[in-house]
Amino acid sequence: MARRIATGDPTPVRWLLITVALGFLAVFLVLPLVAVLAEAFAKGVGAWWVALSGEDSRAAIRLTLIVAAIAVPLNVAFGLCASWAVAKYDFPGKSLLVSLIDLPFSVSPVISGLVWVLLFGAQGLLGPWLQAHDLKVVFAIPGIVLATVFVTFPFVARELIPLMEEQGRDEEEAAIVLGAGGLRTFWSVTLPNVKWGLLYGVLLCNARAMGEFGAVSVVSGHIRGLTNTMPLHVEILYNEYDFVGAFAVASLLALLAVVTLAAKTGLEWWHRDEIAASRRH
Amino acid sequence: MTAAARAGFRRVIPGFGPTLGLTLAYLSLVVLIPLAALLMKAAGMTPSQWLATLSDERMLAALRLSFGGALAAATINGVFGLLVAWVLVRYPFPGRKVVDAMVDLPFALPTAVAGIALTALWAPNGWIGKLLPFKVAFTPLGVMIAMIFIGLPFVVRSIEPVLEDVDQELEEAAASLGASRWQSFRMIVLPAIAPALLTGFSLAFARAVGEYGSVIFIAGNLPGVSEIAPLLIVTRLEQYDMVGATAIATIMLLVSFALLLLVNGVQKWHRERMGG
Repeated sequence: MARRIATGDPTPVRWLLITVALGFLAVFLVLPLVAVLAEAFAKGVGAWWVALSGEDSRAAIRLTLIVAAIAVPLNVAFGLCASWAVAKYDFPGKSLLVSLIDLPFSVSPVISGLVWVLLFGAQGLLGPWLQAHDLKVVFAIPGIVLATVFVTFPFVARELIPLMEEQGRDEEEAAIVLGAGGLRTFWSVTLPNVKWGLLYGVLLCNARAMGEFGAVSVVSGHIRGLTNTMPLHVEILYNEYDFVGAFAVASLLALLAVVTLAAKTGLEWWHRDEIAASRRH
Repeated sequence: MTAAARAGFRRVIPGFGPTLGLTLAYLSLVVLIPLAALLMKAAGMTPSQWLATLSDERMLAALRLSFGGALAAATINGVFGLLVAWVLVRYPFPGRKVVDAMVDLPFALPTAVAGIALTALWAPNGWIGKLLPFKVAFTPLGVMIAMIFIGLPFVVRSIEPVLEDVDQELEEAAASLGASRWQSFRMIVLPAIAPALLTGFSLAFARAVGEYGSVIFIAGNLPGVSEIAPLLIVTRLEQYDMVGATAIATIMLLVSFALLLLVNGVQKWHRERMGG
């Protein structure tokens, strides 16, 4: 195999650069993952299982699943709606709308939680009204859901918008001209075309929804067994010096991350053409 | 396609009103109104409250650490991210695809998990901390380690696609004209990927400034020394100091947005100068 001498680097340089790059990645990416597993199983599988099957851990796992089960579908519905509106029509202010959809990514997670406290907290704008009607948002599950929705808001939309724009409008227009209604066109033409991109967005959205810490931490109130999600439970156990417990719950979240990465990579390999070309994070 | 023809298409595909309406309503309810509540609260602060906030040494130290640490971390990520992208794009080696997939780990790993894992590694009795003659965890250095972790994929993922598109024939031409590898890297490759490097750098920077979960475990959180701005917001909230929390959040938001605008401006200028 003829190597392009002019653009190839001398073998020693090549090996040096590969070694430095892989060394850097090993220290910053691989070791943390290994550390989670090592600490989680430091006292054996039995201790790991005891930590996970405790009442509080199970409540945290349940709450995390509930929150994701509400936040992800909401943002999927929004993502489909927004990407259809942006990709299938022309209107003034479109690029502003796309920038606004990306906004939550440039806001600190803590601020993403703070805004809900300022709206619905005891001293918040709507706080007195909520109290008068005996409704609780902040330091309760609705607040956790709202904070999670805010943080995971852009994932599905930003995956679908470039994909639908790439695919254009011809197929939809053909369907409409042939007599299909708007909804029928969406279900039979648009959705099949974007299904892998949608799945890609859902994976990322779900991983963030289940793993969000900062925003949820601000609105949760950290009530064990009631408003503790898995990442918050990790913090509580860690601060109580229950390291095996903290790393046991963390190992489940790390597993979620690895499964998400594997599924995402699989989609990129096998359905590269059916997810957005301009993918970025 | 003329503007009139385009306007005609709007009528072909139905559902413009409902989909855009729902999008705007949901966007407003979930993102815009909550952020407006923050800015309204900030606008309601009296000048003396602002003055007290802005002269608070503890807050200034926290902002300095968040922005300074993020700058240092993004710079380190700029160098190593470029190196990683270069190796992944230019050098085929066994296992490259797996390594490439792993670069996204910081996006997928919940920040609290990253936080306790990094602490376990870099603490004085940890796997890496044990080997070092100086303290990393529970100092500003620890803050930087977490910020490097969280920002790395932004740089690598920004550079990779652009580096793949760099025409290697230009490098061949340069070499045939007598340029060294380093010269052709500096004068051909680097200018081509500079905007992507800047994008990656600024994304990594913005993420690190606001980062909370992965930092607070490794930071030690000593006020004035290793306390980051997002943590100070949480502390103020826990003290029921809504004004203090709002002020820090507003400053962080405004500075972050100003930087993003600046970067967008620089990139636009660069594109125009390069002729599209």
